[in-house]
Amino acid sequence: MKTKLFTVAIISCFVVALLFVACGPKGPETIKIGINAPLTGDIPKVGEGTKFAAQMWLEDVNAAGGIEVGGKKYKVELVVEDNESKAESAVKANVKLITEDEVLAIVGPQSSKQAVPAGGKANELGTPMVSPWSTNPTTTKDRPFVFRGCFLDPFQGPVIAKFAKKEFGFTKAAVLYDVASDYPKGLAEFFKAAWEDLNGPGSVVAYESFTTKDADFSAQLTKINNSGAEFLFTPQYYNEVALIVQQAHQLGWDKPIVGSDSWGSAETVKLCGKDCYGLFFSTHYAAAGAKGATKEFIDRYKAKHGYVPDDVGALTWDAMRIVQMAIEGAGELTGDIKKDRKSVRDALATIKDFDGITGGMTFTEDGDPVKCAVIVRISDAGEFEFYQSVCP
Amino acid sequence: MVFLQTLVNALQWGSFYALIALGYSMVYSILMLFNFAHGDIFMVGAYIGFGVSSALLALTATGSLALPGWLILVLTIIFSMFLTSFVGIIVERVGYRPLREAPRASAAITGLMIGIILETGNLALLGAERVAFPSLIATTTYHLGGVIVTNKKIMIVLVSISLAFALHQFIRRTRYGMAMRAMAFDYAVVPLMGVPLNRMASLTFAIGSALAAAAGILFGVAYPVLDPYMGILIGWKAFVAAILGGRGSVVGATLAGFLLGFIEMFVPMVFPSTFRDFIAYSIVLLILVFRPHGFFGEAYSARLRL
Repeated sequence: MKTKLFTVAIISCFVVALLFVACGPKGPETIKIGINAPLTGDIPKVGEGTKFAAQMWLEDVNAAGGIEVGGKKYKVELVVEDNESKAESAVKANVKLITEDEVLAIVGPQSSKQAVPAGGKANELGTPMVSPWSTNPTTTKDRPFVFRGCFLDPFQGPVIAKFAKKEFGFTKAAVLYDVASDYPKGLAEFFKAAWEDLNGPGSVVAYESFTTKDADFSAQLTKINNSGAEFLFTPQYYNEVALIVQQAHQLGWDKPIVGSDSWGSAETVKLCGKDCYGLFFSTHYAAAGAKGATKEFIDRYKAKHGYVPDDVGALTWDAMRIVQMAIEGAGELTGDIKKDRKSVRDALATIKDFDGITGGMTFTEDGDPVKCAVIVRISDAGEFEFYQSVCP
Repeated sequence: MVFLQTLVNALQWGSFYALIALGYSMVYSILMLFNFAHGDIFMVGAYIGFGVSSALLALTATGSLALPGWLILVLTIIFSMFLTSFVGIIVERVGYRPLREAPRASAAITGLMIGIILETGNLALLGAERVAFPSLIATTTYHLGGVIVTNKKIMIVLVSISLAFALHQFIRRTRYGMAMRAMAFDYAVVPLMGVPLNRMASLTFAIGSALAAAAGILFGVAYPVLDPYMGILIGWKAFVAAILGGRGSVVGATLAGFLLGFIEMFVPMVFPSTFRDFIAYSIVLLILVFRPHGFFGEAYSARLRL
C-alpha cells in the first residue's frame, strides 16, 4: 500500500510539472535549432565535423547577441541528436527534435541513407530541414520543407563520367558500390547511365555490389580485374574506401580508382594510407589552396580542432548560415512554432545568390541549390588538392 | 585462372569463419550453450591486438626494444590470445555461470546482452572513430602464373590451419581434452565422475576466446579498419559454420568455415554480386535440410538439453 501511494505521488508530481511547462510564458525567448548527425555508427567523423562546424557557427551568432528577427534579438540554442548513422534512428531523432525539443529548423542528417527517410518526417511535421551533404534526389523531391546545401547525384554522376572520359580517354568502366545504402546505389546508377551515354551501351563492363559491413571485396574485385575495365569507380564512404583500394592493389589492380564526395573525409587518407595517393574524386570544395571566407573557416576550424575540416564541415557551416538567413528573413517570430516554421520555410525558398564557402547557391523549386563541383586529387603527401572545377 | 584466384581468396576468407566457428562449436558442445557474444569477443580480440601491437611499435620507435615487424606480429598474436582468453573467462564467470541452471533461452539472450555491452563499452571507451590496424609486415605480392597471392594471405591461412590442428590434437591427446569430449558426450554425468565443471567451463571459454583473438588480429592484418560492430555479421556467419560443421566437431567447424568462405567467394563469380549472400545462404539452408546435424555432428538424442 505504501509503495502504491508513493507511485501515485510521483506520477502526480510529474503531471503537475508538465502542466507548468505547458503553461509557460508566451513567445520564444530563444531559438532552438536541431542538429541531426551521425555521431556514432559507420561514419562518426562526419558527425564530428557536423557538430564542430555547428558549434563554431553558434559561437559567432551568440557573440553577436543572437539572431535578429523583426527588430528583436534571440539567443540561439543547438539541440544535437545522434542518429547512429541509421535510417530509423535519424527519423526518431527528427521526431524528437520536432515534437519534444520544438526546434525551429533542423540541419542534417548528412548521408542520404538517413536524410531520405528523415526528410520525409520533417516534411510531414512541417519543419524546415536542410541536409548539408545528402546528394540523393529523393531527399528533397516533392518535399517543400526539405532543402539541401550541396549538388545532386544526377549532376555528380555525369561530372565523374565526363572527367574520366576527358582526362584519361577511357571507354570501359567498372563500378563497385554498396547496394544497401541510398547514396552509393543512387550515384552508381547515375554514373552508369552517364557513362553509357558517353561510350555506348555495355561500356560499364563490371557493375558489382556488396552490402554494408562487408570487409572482403576480393570476389568482386577479381571479377572487375578480369572484366577489362580501364578504371574503377567506387562511390563509398571512407571506411570502405580504404579496404577496397588496398584489396584492389593487393589483387594486382594498378589502374585508376575514382571516387565521389563521400571520399572527402579527413579519415580517408588516415585509414587508406599510401594506397590512396594519386587517386581522384569529385567533391564540394578543396581545402588546399582555398581563399577568402573559405580559408578563414578552414584556419579557424584547424586551430580549434587540429585538423583540416572536410566537406561535411564546410557544408554544415553553409547550411547553418542559410538557416540563419532564412530566420532573419522570416519577418517576425510569433511564438506559434508551427506558424514560425512555415515562415522560415518560405524565407528559405526565396534565398538567391547565397555566398557560401562551398560556392554560390540559388535554390530551385525543389529546394536544391545550383552549384559547382570540384575534382580533387589526393596528393603524394595525402592532401586533397584542387584539380579542376566543373559547373552546371 | 579466375578459379584459382577465387580459391586463394576463399581460403583467406574461410580462415576467419573457421577460427571463430571453433569457439562457437566448443562452447556449444561442452556446455550446451550458444555463446552469442562470441563475435564480439572476436572484436575485442582485434582491439586488444591493436593495443598490444601499438604499444610494441611505440616501444620500438623509442628505441627501448628493437623488434622487427614480423616478431611484433607474433608477439601480438600470443599476448592478445592470452589476454582475450581472460575476457572469455570473465564473460563465462559473469554472464553464464550464474545462469547455468536457468532455462537455455535465458543463457542465449545473456550472450546477446554481453555482446551489446562489449560493443557499446568499446564505443564509450574508444569513441566511434575507426581505428587503423598498424601494418606490421610489408605486403609482398607473388604472381604465380596469373594468380596473385600476398604473403599476408599465406600467413593467415597457415596460422588458422595450424591453430585448428593444435586444438584438434589438444582435444584428442590431453587429459583436459578427454574431459571435454566426455562432457560433450554427457553434460550431466561427467561432473559426477569428478571432473570440475567450473574449471572446464573456464577452459573452454578461454580457448574459444583465444582463437577468436587470433582471428581478430589476422582480420586486422587483412582488413585494417576496426570498428566496434565488426564482430556481429562475421559472428553470425561463423555460427552458421559451427552448426554446419556439426556439434562439437573441430574438424567439422574448420571445414565448414572454409566451405562457407568458398560458397561466398564463388557465388559472385557466377551470379551478380548483389545476390551473393542470398544465394550463398540458400545453399547452406539446403545443405542443412539434407544434413540437419551438419557434416560431422552426431544425431541429437534425449541427452541434449536444448
